[in-house]
Amino acid sequence: MALKNMFRKPIGVIGAGSFGLAVANLLAENNKVLIYARNIEVVDAINTAKSWNKYKMHDNVHAINDMQQLAEKCEVIFPVIPSANFREMMQTLSPFLHPYHILIHATKGLDLNLPKGKTLVDMETLERHHIKTMSEVIMDESMVVRIGCLAGPNLAREIAQGLPAATVIASHFNEVIQIGQQLLRSDRFQVYGNPDLTGIELCGVLKNIIAIASGALSGMELGENARALLISRGMVEMIYLGRAMGGKTESFIGLAGIGDLVATSTSTLSRNFTVGNRLAKGENLDSILGDMQEVAEGVNTIRICKKIADSFKIRAPITEILHRVLFEKITMEEAVQYLMKYPLNVDVDFM
Amino acid sequence: MKLGRYRNKRKYEPILPGPREWPVVQISRNRKQFVQDVSDAAFERIKSITRNKTALIEELETTLFKEKARIRENSWKVDPDDDNAFWSGVKSKLLDISQSKNKNSEEVDLILKEIIHRYASEIAGNFNTSHYRFARAIATFGFNRLLNAARIKKFGSFWSDRLTMNDKIQINGEVEKLREMAKKGTIVIVPTHSSNLDSILIGWVIYTLGLPPVIYGAGLNLFNISIISYFMNSLGAYKVDRRKKNIIYLETLKAYSTLALKKGAQSLFFPGGTRARSGKIERELKLGLLGTAIEAQRINFQEKGDKAEKIFVVPVSLNYHFVLEAPSLIHQYLEKQGQERYYVENDEFSSSYKIITFLFKFFTKGSNISVSIGQPMDVLGNNVDNEGNSIDKYNRKLQVQDYFTFQENITVDKQREEEYTRMLAGKIVTQYCKIARVFSSHLVAFAAFEMLRKRNKKLDLFSLLRLPDEDIIISYNEFRKVCKDLKDKILERVEEDKMSVAEHMHEPIDNIIEHGLYNVGMYHSKRPLIKTKSGDITTMDMNLLYFYRNRLDGYGLEKYV
Repeated sequence: MALKNMFRKPIGVIGAGSFGLAVANLLAENNKVLIYARNIEVVDAINTAKSWNKYKMHDNVHAINDMQQLAEKCEVIFPVIPSANFREMMQTLSPFLHPYHILIHATKGLDLNLPKGKTLVDMETLERHHIKTMSEVIMDESMVVRIGCLAGPNLAREIAQGLPAATVIASHFNEVIQIGQQLLRSDRFQVYGNPDLTGIELCGVLKNIIAIASGALSGMELGENARALLISRGMVEMIYLGRAMGGKTESFIGLAGIGDLVATSTSTLSRNFTVGNRLAKGENLDSILGDMQEVAEGVNTIRICKKIADSFKIRAPITEILHRVLFEKITMEEAVQYLMKYPLNVDVDFM
Repeated sequence: MKLGRYRNKRKYEPILPGPREWPVVQISRNRKQFVQDVSDAAFERIKSITRNKTALIEELETTLFKEKARIRENSWKVDPDDDNAFWSGVKSKLLDISQSKNKNSEEVDLILKEIIHRYASEIAGNFNTSHYRFARAIATFGFNRLLNAARIKKFGSFWSDRLTMNDKIQINGEVEKLREMAKKGTIVIVPTHSSNLDSILIGWVIYTLGLPPVIYGAGLNLFNISIISYFMNSLGAYKVDRRKKNIIYLETLKAYSTLALKKGAQSLFFPGGTRARSGKIERELKLGLLGTAIEAQRINFQEKGDKAEKIFVVPVSLNYHFVLEAPSLIHQYLEKQGQERYYVENDEFSSSYKIITFLFKFFTKGSNISVSIGQPMDVLGNNVDNEGNSIDKYNRKLQVQDYFTFQENITVDKQREEEYTRMLAGKIVTQYCKIARVFSSHLVAFAAFEMLRKRNKKLDLFSLLRLPDEDIIISYNEFRKVCKDLKDKILERVEEDKMSVAEHMHEPIDNIIEHGLYNVGMYHSKRPLIKTKSGDITTMDMNLLYFYRNRLDGYGLEKYV
């Protein structure tokens, strides 16, 4: 296939998880793609067998194992790795980055930036500067400023099957949004733009909490009325938490907010949903996390957001009760009872 | 009461030998050409904003409407006599165009060009080397005479040279680096702005540090007074008319600044826009003129590649115990906060008499001023090393042109540069908060006001400001304790390199308090803080106390009261 684009250089992707591979394949429709994988086996598999982890890779995708090479060859890079490794990855990549680089990440988690030697448990209260979104980590660790983020209802497996979908690219720079659109847009993939970078990042982060809760509802077979209740109250909670961390309300009612929330809360494909589901069926957290292939960001997000809710004095009943289920060993049934008895709020008070 | 004297008597050699090399001289020598260049650049800018002819005509009509209103409602002595005639002319030409059948876009462009050229000529400064020298000599001579006459009460002291401006004003911070960068590139100085004295003060500082004269925008209202107008012109000011808020004018102004920077003229913007009415350190900066630094830097790269002249941005904090205009500034601020009422800009420097009284007060009473020079930065707000290379926080070198590069070419992207301007503004504000020197007077004002606020938790700001006299007395012992706690907290942050204090803040707390009470707003007829006969603390004017308190706003110190 002839390449129809104006990008002379290949596009970089960092991380060969299922979503990283999906993004690489989407990009490969119009461009040469270099994908960085930590594991040399993965690199070989992608380059020789053109397939990895049940995903068939596009011919335009080439895998490498060298960050420096990636940064030298690519100007636009999509980091798609778990939040727990993000800062470390940026520290490795940073010496090779320049201000002309453009980074568009698709990581849906938070980074903790606590004073030396402290852990989350030691902190009495959290302040905003203790929590970093991934774009803030990029700013912290590198001289790159043209930063964007990718978020929306994008279940990797559906994208791999070529089903229609859409995503949001958020950035303070129109330039970054336009480049992202040119790179990703296709007949079956729509790309929307949004200037509220923090808000869109938080949409992706916070919806994972609700996805865990939704998985639990399914596990207990509580029905669709309950799920609708969860999704709509969940969104209110996301808005409260999101605004406290600097997001705009409007972003949460868009594709990356409500859109992604519905997809992750209703699809059994989602990892966070699976965590909740198995919890409800009586498994314990350690064994669930132990045999999951990929990271469920929601668990860590709940730990952080519980602390944020306490520190910023925000009502976040779903987050709080999930925190107790995960870390204080109350049962899911007790959690549901607690939520049903929770004093009523006004339906909509955030507009 | 005497505090220890701290002096910095250093003399700085000029960094450029003669005026011939000063870019500002180059510009004014070719003033006519420069005005033409500015006009051409402004024309391009406006054409690129207004996409088609209809939009342009609309812009012209808006401008005409606003200008007519300005002439009718708010005309100044400095306005040219033919103002009315000119705009009437524009009106009839626009009328002709709207009535003619074949709408000729050349005619519309012609009107635009005419307006731009008029604006550009009005804005352009009239720098003159000999006038500059003369004005500077007069100023220095006058200041020194006044100072000596006032301070040394002895016959003949008028001619004494015992005291100079150096004793009155301390300059501290990154002085050497500023001088170094001025040799390596074009400097843009961005000071905080709280008083009309700022322009004079910063002019003196620039001269003292041996820097070539800067060009700076001065409010057109200052040119109403002929003597000030003479000084302003001589010192390299260009004129900014805050009444003209139409796009054509603003773009012409930006074109002027961009072009001057491109020619290497050291510039000065007050990025806060106007004087900080609340007394707070500016946290919201005006992005318009600041953006011209970024634009000029990008144009330099486009035209000269790696050899491009670099532009350095240097935040400067001007610190006073006393702001002459405080009563009216805070009044305007509160009025605006209280309700969205429009206020006509009234200006306290309306007569020469007022200025002279002020200067006399300034020199006769011993209130010191300090000027803190911040870290020079590139136009993206990165620090620079001693060679002028931009470095990131890990001291890695970086190329500023990379910020404007996409696929190995410098590209023009207005929105990108707007975002960069916002980032730069953020960095400037961070530096302001760090380099603003806390004086004893700020400390006592903050302590007193916050104690009153804490005592009256339920009151909102406006009720608090109207507290009856009997409720605004603070016992000295409590006051002393709060001041001490606050001082300790502030010194902790100084250790962490997050705040700065004047040397007198290292004295014992009782000395600091006494010094603060003596100095805070010292020339106001109603003092913001006084000691009562029984030794307690009270205020004669809550609004003024609030004004001086605000200097320490935004550091999160309230919780230690």
